[in-house]
Amino acid sequence: MSVARPSKLSRSITHFVLIVLAIVVLLPYAWLLVASLKSREDFFSGMFFPPGDGFLGISWESLTLSNYTALMEMGFGRAAINSVFYASTSAVFATFICAATGYVLAKSKFRGRAFMTLVVLGSLIVPPTLLIAPSYELLFHLGLLDSVWGLLLPTFAPAFGVFLFRQAVQQSVPDELIEAARIDGCSEAGIFMVIVLPLIRPMIGAFLLITFLGMWNNFISPQIVLQTSSKQPLSVAISQLRGVYRTDYGLLMAATVVSVAPVAVLFLVLQKQFISGLTSGAVKG
Amino acid sequence: MMNRLSTNKTVFAWAALTPFILLFAFFMVYPLIQSAFLALNQTYGPDTRLFVGTKNFELLIEDPVFWTAIKNTLIYSLGSLFIQLPLAFGLALVLNSRRLKGRSIYRLIFFSPQLMGLAFVAVLGALAFEKRAGLVNRTLAWMMQDAALLEIDWLQEYIMSTLILISLWLYVGFNMIYFLAALQNVNNSLLEAAEIDGAGPLSKLRHVIIPSVRPVATFVVLLSMIGSLQLFELPYILLNGNGGPNNKGLTIVMYLYQNGFELGDLGYASAVGWALALMLILLALIQIRMVRKEEASR
Repeated sequence: MSVARPSKLSRSITHFVLIVLAIVVLLPYAWLLVASLKSREDFFSGMFFPPGDGFLGISWESLTLSNYTALMEMGFGRAAINSVFYASTSAVFATFICAATGYVLAKSKFRGRAFMTLVVLGSLIVPPTLLIAPSYELLFHLGLLDSVWGLLLPTFAPAFGVFLFRQAVQQSVPDELIEAARIDGCSEAGIFMVIVLPLIRPMIGAFLLITFLGMWNNFISPQIVLQTSSKQPLSVAISQLRGVYRTDYGLLMAATVVSVAPVAVLFLVLQKQFISGLTSGAVKG
Repeated sequence: MMNRLSTNKTVFAWAALTPFILLFAFFMVYPLIQSAFLALNQTYGPDTRLFVGTKNFELLIEDPVFWTAIKNTLIYSLGSLFIQLPLAFGLALVLNSRRLKGRSIYRLIFFSPQLMGLAFVAVLGALAFEKRAGLVNRTLAWMMQDAALLEIDWLQEYIMSTLILISLWLYVGFNMIYFLAALQNVNNSLLEAAEIDGAGPLSKLRHVIIPSVRPVATFVVLLSMIGSLQLFELPYILLNGNGGPNNKGLTIVMYLYQNGFELGDLGYASAVGWALALMLILLALIQIRMVRKEEASR
C-alpha cells in the first residue's frame, strides 16, 4: 500500500503510541512473572521488585520460589499433567478424524455426500452453549460423568475441522495423483496415509495447534463433566485455587505462570503455524 | 478388477467416515434434538424430567434476573465491540505500512493475549484489578500520585467496565490480524489513482480502504458478537461463581449455568440456551441481509 511518505514527526508519534500500547499489553505479563517470585511479606513492597540495597536498588535475595514449591505440594503438578494429557489426546484424535472425514467428503463420490456435507457445515451455526445442558444429561446416561472419556470424546469430532480439512484437500490434493497411486496398486488407506496426509501437512500442523490450545484453555467442559479434583486440568484447578486462596496473590500468580508458560513457549517456537491456523478458513487471500 | 476397486473405495470411505459420524451423532445431533425436548421439561438433576410444555419460556419472559443477564451481556458486547473495532482497525492500518520498523514484533505482542485461556486471563485480571494490591490501581495511584485511587473496587463496583477493559486487552490484537488480512485486498492501483486525483489520506481511507475492508469488518463484528454474547468464564471466575452485587455481572450463559448446574434444572437452562441461540441466529440473519444489500448496491 502506498501512502505518501510520512514526516519524521508523524513517524515518531506513531512509534510512541505503538510503544505505549505494547507496554500496556506486556505489563501484566511482567507483573505476573515478578510477583510470582515475591514472598507473601514482600507482595505489597514495590509494584514490581521489592526495594532493597542490591543491584538497581532491588532486594534480589528476597525473591523466592516458595510460591512454586507450595503449588507443587498442593498437587498442582497433577493438574498440569492432566492438561498436557487432555490437550494432546484431543488434538491428535480430532486432527486425524477430521482429516479422514474431510478427505472423504472432498474426494470420494458416494450417495449422501452432499447431504452429509450440508449437515456438517450447517452444524457450525449451532452455538456450543446450547448443547451444555443436554450433553451433561447424555453423559450422565452414558455413565461418563466424572470420566476422562466423557470429557475427551465430545472433542474428537469438531465440525469446523472437517470443514477446514475438506477445503485443504480440495486446494492441495490433485485428483490425478490419487488416480495414479490407485493404478500403481496403492490401497485406499495407503493413499490417505502416504499421499494425502503429507500434502496437507500445513493444515495438520495448524489444526493440531488450534485443538491443543482449545482444549488447554477449555474451562466449561471440565468444570461440568469432571468432579474429582485429581482429574481437573489447570483451568479448573486455578479457578478453584482462587476460590480458596483469594488473597494469596503470589500463589495465584505462580499458578497462572505455570498454566500459561507452556503455551507461550509453544507459540514462540511455532508462531507461523499459529497465526495461519487461527485465521485459516476465516479469511481467504 | 474395476469392480473390486470401487468396492475398496466405498469400504474405505465408510470406514474413514464412521468415527466422525458416530461421534457427531452422539455429541452434536442427539444433544441438539434433546435440547429442544429438555426446554419443555423441568428437571431436578439429570435423572428426572417433568413435562411442563412452554412453561419454561413463559417463566423466562417474566424472569427479571434473565433480563438483567441480557442487559449485562449486551452492555458488554456492544461496549467492547465499539471500542475494540476502531482500535483494531487503526492498529492494522498503522502496522500494514511496510516502512514501519519492528512491525512483526508489534503484531506478535498485540496478538499474544489471545493465546491465554479465558480462565487464566480471568485469574490474572482478578489479581490486576484487585483493590490496593492490583496492578491497575497501583499504576493509577502512581501516575496521579493519589493514594485514594488504590481503593477503587473494580471487581464489585465496576465489574462491567472491568470486563470490557479485559476484553480489550484480550481481543484487539486478534481482530487486528483479521483487518491486516483484509488490508491485503485493498487495490493498489485504485489507491494510486486516488493519489493522482489529489485525494488526501482521509478521503483515501473513506473512499478506497474502508469499502474494501467492509466485508471483513462485517465478519469480525459477527464473530465478536457471537463470542461476546456467550461470555462466561471471565465474569464467572472474577465474581467467584455468582453474579456479583445485584447480579451486576451476571451474563446469559452464567445464568444458564446457575440454573442447570447449581439448581439442577436442565430444562430451564435449555430454555435460556434457546433464547440465546435465537438471539445469535437473529444477529446472523441481520448480518447476512446487510451483506446482501451491500453487494446489490455495488
